Amino acid sequence: MSEKQKIIEIEVLRYHPEKDKEPHKQVFEVPFTDDMSVLQGVQYIKDYLDGSLSFRWSCRMAICGSCGMMINGEPSLSCQTFLRDYYPARVRVEALSHFPIERDLVINMEGFIEKLESIQPYIIPRETRTLAQGEYLQTPEQLDAYEQFSSCINCLLCYAACPQFGLNSNFIGPAATALLHRYNVDSRDGGKSQRMELINSEEGVFNCTAVGYCSEVCPKHVDPANAVNQNKTNSAADYFLRFLTPKGGAK
Amino acid sequence: METYKADVVIVGGGGAGLRAAIAVAESDPALRIALVSKVYPMRSHTVAAEGGSAGVKQATDSLEYHFNDTVHGGDWLCEQDVVEYFVAHCTEELTQLEHWGCPWSRTPDGHVNVRAFGGMKIERTWFAADKTGFHMLHTLFQTSIKYPSIKRFDEHFCVDLVVEDGRVQGVVAIEIASGELTLVEARSVVIATGGAGRVFRENTNGGVVTGDGMALAYRHGVPLRDMEFVQYHPTCMPGTGLLFTEACRGEGGFLVNKDGYRYLQDYGLGPAEPTPRNKAMELGPRDRLSQAFWYEQQKGRTIEGLHGSVVHLDLRHLGEAKLRERLPQIYELAEQFMGVDPAHAPIPVRPAVHYTMGGILVDGRCAAPLAGLYAAGECSSVGIHGANRLGSNSLSELLVFGKVAGVEAARFAKSVAPGNSASLLKQAQAVEQRVLGLKTKTGGSERIATLRKEMAQTMEDGCGIYRLAKTMQQTCDKLDELKARFRNVNLEDKSSVWNTEWLLAIELEYQLDVAQAMAYSAINRRESRGAHQRLDGFEARDDVNFLQHSQAHYVAGGPPRIDYGPVKITKSQPGTRAYGAAGEKAEQEERKASNV
Repeated sequence: MSEKQKIIEIEVLRYHPEKDKEPHKQVFEVPFTDDMSVLQGVQYIKDYLDGSLSFRWSCRMAICGSCGMMINGEPSLSCQTFLRDYYPARVRVEALSHFPIERDLVINMEGFIEKLESIQPYIIPRETRTLAQGEYLQTPEQLDAYEQFSSCINCLLCYAACPQFGLNSNFIGPAATALLHRYNVDSRDGGKSQRMELINSEEGVFNCTAVGYCSEVCPKHVDPANAVNQNKTNSAADYFLRFLTPKGGAK
Repeated sequence: METYKADVVIVGGGGAGLRAAIAVAESDPALRIALVSKVYPMRSHTVAAEGGSAGVKQATDSLEYHFNDTVHGGDWLCEQDVVEYFVAHCTEELTQLEHWGCPWSRTPDGHVNVRAFGGMKIERTWFAADKTGFHMLHTLFQTSIKYPSIKRFDEHFCVDLVVEDGRVQGVVAIEIASGELTLVEARSVVIATGGAGRVFRENTNGGVVTGDGMALAYRHGVPLRDMEFVQYHPTCMPGTGLLFTEACRGEGGFLVNKDGYRYLQDYGLGPAEPTPRNKAMELGPRDRLSQAFWYEQQKGRTIEGLHGSVVHLDLRHLGEAKLRERLPQIYELAEQFMGVDPAHAPIPVRPAVHYTMGGILVDGRCAAPLAGLYAAGECSSVGIHGANRLGSNSLSELLVFGKVAGVEAARFAKSVAPGNSASLLKQAQAVEQRVLGLKTKTGGSERIATLRKEMAQTMEDGCGIYRLAKTMQQTCDKLDELKARFRNVNLEDKSSVWNTEWLLAIELEYQLDVAQAMAYSAINRRESRGAHQRLDGFEARDDVNFLQHSQAHYVAGGPPRIDYGPVKITKSQPGTRAYGAAGEKAEQEERKASNV
């Protein structure tokens, strides 16, 4: 490694509620190598330049979902976004859009957690089975029907990408809808009718205007837009079905 | 200070903590459960486990085989009665997770599929592609939402246990968002905070894996057992240490040196067949594979890379379709982080620290020798891993012993009266003063990151794959020095909201204690066993003197005191640990001998 040390400028949006009236930018010069992620750049700042910078991170390998940030205006996981792709230009790092900022790059995600809890994200068994009876049979095709939607890491990039969530933070939004869909289409589950009440509500899927940016930014190919749109269809069918079946709603 | 009154408090919201919480809730819905976690539960490091979780599934398999693989793999330092309980309960727990929705990979007829894993005689590793830990963690987290008695304290950082009248009666935690401290009173406490791999430089672990719970129990007089046994995983990303799962080899991947030679055949793991057979070659145990790497490096047969020597993990012959189906995350990691397309080029890998075999001393019911305290998962030493853990046993451990810890903690909570709130609060206020003092003190000159890096480097230097008394002593001395320098630490951030520099300082203090327990346990074990290998006259296993568990006891202001406890042997007498053709031969002879 005899080549000259490269330096990249990282512009960070800082905000400290105990000191600042509003967010402001601060630029740091960070030495980097081509294999360094934006997260590693931000860690360098905290370790050596300014210990007061706050951000969330853990696994470093795009599976824990902690380190989502706006990087040059795009919702991204900072651990799998690389400084080399911006050099020699400056790279701009900000907290995820559409969420209240707690401090620096840390957003308040309690609203999302409440949504996740509200959709009954667990199996409501279609038929009961004891442990002694062993596993439910589920073919690879039945697994395929929901597997993609079970891959959401709750990183919230899709919410930062969603213009409707930006306008109305009560909108259930892409990730929670994908998770709801994941359980609805699981062959072991029988709880769809319970969950559809939420989808049909004011804050449900009809808020979505089919921009599709959520699926574009998803680092795990969950395709939440697809889940939302399938539920629009379900929801519309549900609306008519309720006039026909005694208990109303899809089975 | 706020007080919350619970019956059972669980510290740590990963796989073991969530399983424990559900077990408490199911055993008695009237018990109030507090689940305290420094991150939202789905961020916990269980999320990064890739390859799978062991449980006997096939008709050709047996509990005895799983038992033998585990005890041999642990180089006979396992608690055999606990291993017997463990193997007998894995499949039931994995089935429970299936009922809760875990997307296990399936066979064409709809049954749960299993794959081969290192050191396992029969395929018994349940998997969800190569994101098994992720799916298990999210399944447990989402299922936990069903239980109204589980009150979560997300992003609350535990800073101490409260002990009174000889039993633990609660914890004190910082609410990260506000910097305020809370006392959580409880009649029993479960620690499920995971391992401590971040005390080493190159490791597969997430930033949260800092040994918090180990240090908390240790400071309250609970010994840390078998801490010298730290697992190096043989196939990790150079530089970052990120993990390429053992399932790469379970699916048929090869490890080759700079000449393209499958070098493991030179280390008693052969024969080298086109498809590795179980317990041979690439499907040998992790300690042996990491040790073989070290020898290849000494022989100059590794490849020099930007971040040290590497060998090649070659998956090309598996083909893109199979890689995308079985190892999709590995495929993306190689492509995105290294620019390597594993269907067309081998992946450069080297060993990195992965797992802490030792931990908080607990018995087979997860009870620590402090009344009311329980521990489960990587932070604990319940005794199933011995000197070397087999891949896919730790995810099953979370489930089996997470449940046991929950059930036992619930039972204990109902057997004792609530504590004296006023005196517990008084203790908690003293903790608050101490913890705030670390943040507000002025005049220090040491930087957290500098101390942390020196610690991680000295652990790698002295407690790596092979160990020498001289370098271990240097590590012990360095850790003593770092602990002294920690007292002179300076925090730039004196504020309250999301002060992560403060949390990093507290974590570093935990790490230094745990690192000391590791290094002093290592230098005192004058033999080689499992993951603890010496090159200074103690190259052999010494069952006469060291078929014993080490126990590190905390000593305030000084290095730990090390003593030893017995190993429970029920049906497997210590024998030769052999793999490959030699292992098969040894097994035949064992069988012949037992038939006589």
